[in-house]
Amino acid sequence: MIEYLRNNADTVWLALQEHVWLALLPVLFGFVIALPVGYLGVRFPVLYHPLVNTCGVLYSIPSLALFVFLPVVLGTKVLSPVNIVVALTIYTVALLARTVADGLRSVDPVVVQAATAMGYRRVRRLTGVELPMALPVILAGLRVATVSNISLVSVGALIGIGGLGQLFTRGFQLFYIEPILVGIVLSVLLAGLADLIIVLVQRAVTPWTRAV
Amino acid sequence: MITFEDVVKVYPGGSTAVDHLSLELPTGRLTALVGPSGCGKTTSLRMINRMVTPTSGRILIDGEDVAERDEAALRRGIGYVIQHAGLFPHRTVLDNVATVPVLLGKTRREARAAALELLERVGLSADFAKRYPAQLSGGQQQRVGVARALAADPPIMLMDEPFSAVDPVVREQLHREFLRLQEDLGKTIALVTHDIDEAIKLGDRVAVFRTSGRLAQVGTPRELLAAPADDFVAEFVGRDRGLRGLSFDSAAGLPVRPVDGLLLDDAGRPVGWPGDDGPRDTGGTFTKDDSLRVVADLAIRSPVGIAVRVGPDGAADGLVSHHDLADYLAGRRS
Repeated sequence: MIEYLRNNADTVWLALQEHVWLALLPVLFGFVIALPVGYLGVRFPVLYHPLVNTCGVLYSIPSLALFVFLPVVLGTKVLSPVNIVVALTIYTVALLARTVADGLRSVDPVVVQAATAMGYRRVRRLTGVELPMALPVILAGLRVATVSNISLVSVGALIGIGGLGQLFTRGFQLFYIEPILVGIVLSVLLAGLADLIIVLVQRAVTPWTRAV
Repeated sequence: MITFEDVVKVYPGGSTAVDHLSLELPTGRLTALVGPSGCGKTTSLRMINRMVTPTSGRILIDGEDVAERDEAALRRGIGYVIQHAGLFPHRTVLDNVATVPVLLGKTRREARAAALELLERVGLSADFAKRYPAQLSGGQQQRVGVARALAADPPIMLMDEPFSAVDPVVREQLHREFLRLQEDLGKTIALVTHDIDEAIKLGDRVAVFRTSGRLAQVGTPRELLAAPADDFVAEFVGRDRGLRGLSFDSAAGLPVRPVDGLLLDDAGRPVGWPGDDGPRDTGGTFTKDDSLRVVADLAIRSPVGIAVRVGPDGAADGLVSHHDLADYLAGRRS
């Protein structure tokens, strides 16, 4: 494995870089989209169940099917990384929109009422009280979405783009175990590292959850 | 002054929460709204800061209809304290207290400095400033809740069962401190409680609500105990209202007998009543500033049926027995 790495350092490094942005860009996009979508599901309670159901359906679409199907819808090239980014953004929104809604719903209504009674207007109450209190739930969802994306990127290799996934396809084609092992180890390390970073951010921004 | 003008609140579905309420809450005074659950007292309170909108009628603050004020601005000028305090769990004690001043545009630094002073005022040391609400006891949280409501120095405070969630010993202590605070601040306060004792103890005026949102009687605690308007109020204020009414009568006019038979120390302070196994505790003493209820209680608990009065120096200066008290009350009635 070490020898494979030494001989193919450039290929592996490029694959790793591609893997990182293919996985994390959708997390960013997905999070930005999920915040308002999840909020709508709380602001208008009739929307909550449709939202949850839609998210469930979206998340259940097989990733490979989505990768193949998206070029038809988007008019992109089959080999365009945009397909992967859009597909993973959809999965991220499916996971996070529900999490954002559930996080906001988990906020103690008594505290929200107290905030209103003290003279908070809606927007400031949301940013100053409800979202901060929903953060533990939202960040837990973000961890799941991030790790899930990092593992899903590999599937993209089957359509020619997929970061570390390309090491898997190469290994299979050559009946050669080394690149597969390298791909697995790096994927797992990457997922672990991303998870760790979110946990550290969570500790920094929600000190109150550990105060007992 | 807060004025309810013929206020009605009917909830969708037809249940009447408040039924033609007309009530005045005088400036600088504490008016307790008391009644059984479902009597509309909390709904009435929450109409003052527009958390609930009346179906008909008006609520005026110093003559101005609250419905014409901007909601958020109105609320920032009204302190709000609720059961379990409703503190922000994600903010430190200090930032909780600083909430409304920050909303009003003060810098965080200014607001925190003022908040620190307020914490001491409600009996919390600066050590608490950096803690989170989850790290406080119920009583401490409630103090922070009061400090938070006072932070912007609003002329009006709304308090909804503020002392209900703490144990009786802490409640007693909070009551005392709160009364002292209110003596200094003179806020116009509406306080909702289901506990008639609390209403009588804290209220300058007490408004008794009956079920389905009708006002049964408004008056001073003394009036309520002495002359309940009807059976409902009489029942609600309790069967011991005669005894409790004594807490509004000063012991200053009560005649005493000379000190006799009581064991005293060199300075004339009571040591106890003589007994076979040494002095027996007097069970406490009273001064001229105490109420007749204290005297009655001391006389009942005393081993010899006699309450001991002391002067400012702590020296015993008079005795009152059961009989003396009964005679005094009988004489007062005739």
